[in-house]
Amino acid sequence: MPWFRFFFAALSLLFAACGSEQNDPYPAGERGRNILYAGFSERPKHLDPVQSYTEDEITFTAQIYEPPLQYHYLKRPYTLIPATSEAVPVARYYDERGRELAADAPAAQIALSVYEIRLRPGIRYQPHPAFATDAAGEPLYRDLDRERLRGIERLADFPLTGTRELVADDYIYQIKRLAHPRLHSPIFGMMAERIVGLRELGAALQAAARSLPADAWLDLDQYPLPGVQRVDRYTYRFTLRGKYPQFVYWLAMPFFAPVPREVDRFYGQPGMAEKNLTLDWYPVGSGPFMLTDNNPNSRLVLERNPNFHGETYPCVGEPQDEAAGLLADCGQPLPFIDQAVYTREKESIPYWNKFLQGYYDASGISSDSFDQAVRLGVGGDVQVSDEMRDRGITLLTSVRASIFYLGFNMLDPVVGGLAEPAIKLRQALSIAIDQEEFISIFMNGRGIAATSPLPPGIFGYLEGEAGNNPVVYDWVDGKPQRKPLAVARRLLAEAGWPDGRHATNGEPLVLYLDTTSGGMGDKSRLDWLTRQFAKLDVQLVVRSTDFNRFQEKIRKGAVQLYYLGWNADYPDPENFLFLLAGPEGKVAKSGENASNYVNPEFDRLFERMKNMESEGPSGAERLAIIRQAVALLQHDAPWIYGFHPTTYTLGHVWLHNRKPNDVGHNVLKYQRIDVAQRQRLRQEWNRPVLWPLAAAALVLLGLVLPALLGYWRRERGTA
Amino acid sequence: MFAYLVRRLLYALPILVGVNLITFALFFVVNTPDDMARLQLGVKRVTPEAIAKWKAERGYDRPLFVNPAAAGLGVLTETIFFAKSVRMFAGDFGRAEDGRDIAREIRSRLGPSLAIALPTFVLGLLVTVSLALLLTFFRASYLDFWGVVVCVAMMSISGLFYIIGGQYLVSKLWKLVPISGYGGGLEAWKFLILPLAIGVVSGIGSSTRWYRTIFIEEISRDYVRTARAKGLSELNVLFRHVLRNAMIPILTGVVVVIPLLFLGSLLSESFFGIPGLGSYTIDAIKAQDFAVVRAMVFIGSLLYIVGLMLTDVSYTFVDPRIRFH
Repeated sequence: MPWFRFFFAALSLLFAACGSEQNDPYPAGERGRNILYAGFSERPKHLDPVQSYTEDEITFTAQIYEPPLQYHYLKRPYTLIPATSEAVPVARYYDERGRELAADAPAAQIALSVYEIRLRPGIRYQPHPAFATDAAGEPLYRDLDRERLRGIERLADFPLTGTRELVADDYIYQIKRLAHPRLHSPIFGMMAERIVGLRELGAALQAAARSLPADAWLDLDQYPLPGVQRVDRYTYRFTLRGKYPQFVYWLAMPFFAPVPREVDRFYGQPGMAEKNLTLDWYPVGSGPFMLTDNNPNSRLVLERNPNFHGETYPCVGEPQDEAAGLLADCGQPLPFIDQAVYTREKESIPYWNKFLQGYYDASGISSDSFDQAVRLGVGGDVQVSDEMRDRGITLLTSVRASIFYLGFNMLDPVVGGLAEPAIKLRQALSIAIDQEEFISIFMNGRGIAATSPLPPGIFGYLEGEAGNNPVVYDWVDGKPQRKPLAVARRLLAEAGWPDGRHATNGEPLVLYLDTTSGGMGDKSRLDWLTRQFAKLDVQLVVRSTDFNRFQEKIRKGAVQLYYLGWNADYPDPENFLFLLAGPEGKVAKSGENASNYVNPEFDRLFERMKNMESEGPSGAERLAIIRQAVALLQHDAPWIYGFHPTTYTLGHVWLHNRKPNDVGHNVLKYQRIDVAQRQRLRQEWNRPVLWPLAAAALVLLGLVLPALLGYWRRERGTA
Repeated sequence: MFAYLVRRLLYALPILVGVNLITFALFFVVNTPDDMARLQLGVKRVTPEAIAKWKAERGYDRPLFVNPAAAGLGVLTETIFFAKSVRMFAGDFGRAEDGRDIAREIRSRLGPSLAIALPTFVLGLLVTVSLALLLTFFRASYLDFWGVVVCVAMMSISGLFYIIGGQYLVSKLWKLVPISGYGGGLEAWKFLILPLAIGVVSGIGSSTRWYRTIFIEEISRDYVRTARAKGLSELNVLFRHVLRNAMIPILTGVVVVIPLLFLGSLLSESFFGIPGLGSYTIDAIKAQDFAVVRAMVFIGSLLYIVGLMLTDVSYTFVDPRIRFH
């Protein structure tokens, strides 16, 4: 039968086509190339350094833009090193009369801090049409309009590109952009308190913007900013109000990366924004990579910047780095990879399966795949499962510089305030809520119980007995042991609530937790939490609400208990302890202190601590102050210190030089891939299984043939 | 017919205004402009001044529906509702809250959405109508009985199961196609074949059963008996008479969804990583991007109205007795 022959011919052709990785999600032309593959779940909202703040965004911007400073890739505690600058700047201090003060002058005397940054000459930007010039040196694409932009849909449609050297003016221009009224930089309010003249610049720009059409370009060079001055072609100088030692950390963030005026001018031309040709979509930098394909709905591609100024892989790190092979590439030029392809994966299951097939080079571990990926050793140590080990997959774990906590609203008449009964009530609840159990049940053990706001890796965090929270734990046999429930019950009774009832009127103690939870997975967590309160005969009422209402309640102080978390902006204790500083009160000052905790003694200690450096002679004193401040917080218990999450990351055997880094995000340049090994293993792991196709064809045949026979019989019967 | 269509289009206007009004009211019951500003600006270190500036720049600092401070018509026009609605009726969807052009985004996502939805729709219709005719042909036999049982079983399974199961079997175990992703041009087929197959298979249960019911009802009519008495083969009876006469209920359910294919599939696009309009809508809802939500609801309503009109028009092709006045 001819159709039968055709069927088998087609099947043979299909089988022949299935010779190699049929499930490869990437174009065949990419096979064997030095490309790193990663995924992203949330599309980055902003790639403009003036706005980009979240981790989804900084994953990309940190590879493209170069602020003056960066973090050392291997050293811990996190150490700032120069990126485009020649050195990490050291502050010079001046009093109100302009006289220079000693480096250890009391903070109260310091009226102004001056940071001078000297850039390395010879650094050049990535190729970009904004830098393209004509024979006379004039920008080629300067006077564009909608008509001239016809046919231009992407940046790559501009036929010519150019580059130029990075200079101090580019940094100054970007700092002025923080005050741009249409850009809404999240740090403008905070920096306006510090950088001299930034607030005034914001007001001037706002007035100027009002007088211009909505999309008109605002030339920031026409507006002075006294707090940031050009010294020479490669040097600029910040003048800040008061003492602010944490400022250098901000200099390692993309907010302080350079944006050349001509780039801003280029994107500000009429018709550009309508085609999404904006800095927010097509960033321009001098970093090791440049964004060449931006489709945040499906994939983003970073390609090696041909003009990158060159940098080498570090040769020093932590003691264990050598054994981990992290120093093997010492002195090698960066970056190692030619391209990084980020594919959007909204769901964790496809991501995980593609990782196992070798199509992603690294992966986190979702709760769905936890048991498949890791197992707990006899001593409680975490190892990859046999399946992962057989594939050569390795596991990296690191405690994040974050904290999740259950906060008390200190304005609340029952749980708030610094009166002894309220403190004892909070202490009792701190003991009763078993964080270790929570971490074990709900996080697969991926976290450590917190004893204070400070996570590991941050100056002031102490290991061992010195870091113990004596309110919640006893130190027994060299390790912390949660205090018995009897202690919590006694504290509760002393607080005026014996057995969870009011000592005088006998009314039960009912507490209210406001949370954004509401999904199925969250119910079990909240049930568990309710049982923790019930251990003290305290009733917990959970008020689930949406994110907006929750935020509103927090702003108004209309909560009693709430869950929140904080990720470090920079590795300094100030960035965690300020969450409990009185001047940061959420209700009174719209700050970040959601508990509205005010303790004058803590505020005094915090003020002293925040103006000190961790290194050098003041380090020991700073540590002592932090210990006092932490002891106060442990006693007052404005939070139930929840946990610091631990990140588990899996990586394939061909991916080298991985080291967890919570604050430095420009890590792509250090990653190295053994491309040949990846290609070989991918082929080995992805041989197509063809028998199901044949089986499906037979099943189909088995269904169609009887139907045909039945039809034929019926027709004959009818005839 | 032209007058009828014009009349229907005019009827559509108040419907669209009403849908826009309801969308607007529902959205702002849940989200205040302050909430939107906070979500766009982030929750870290955002000052009340920054929020006020964001709202002022985007026109969210006005009252929602009535502006008592304005004079004359400004009472109604100097409001968020008017400012955000009037341009949309002129076909200008404006920009998303992150500054990107909505019309452009819709255009770029239309292709991927249609690349899945259209073949799934056509193939699904062919397969389910054929299967329903097959079951009708073998009605009251074991094949019919077990066919219906399988259909009921298939329609009882969640769509998510088909997706995850399909990805597990075809992509993970058998490694025949990529688990997820999307590529343009000739590369696209390897990404589309699995969602397409899953889309067709997951729809077989309910659709086949529904069409079978229609055909069975139709096959017991007198004209079918007459056709058989004339000596027509059963195949002729089914395709030339039963199918044609069953077209009205089929078209009622089918034609109306054709325009909605443009809106994409929320679940498939999400699991298969296809950058279509379904995922655009979901992203906008999550990001509380009112401009995008409003535009997508508006387009959805418009397409639904177009679908209903197409359904009416299609009746005239399958039933010559139907005329519009």
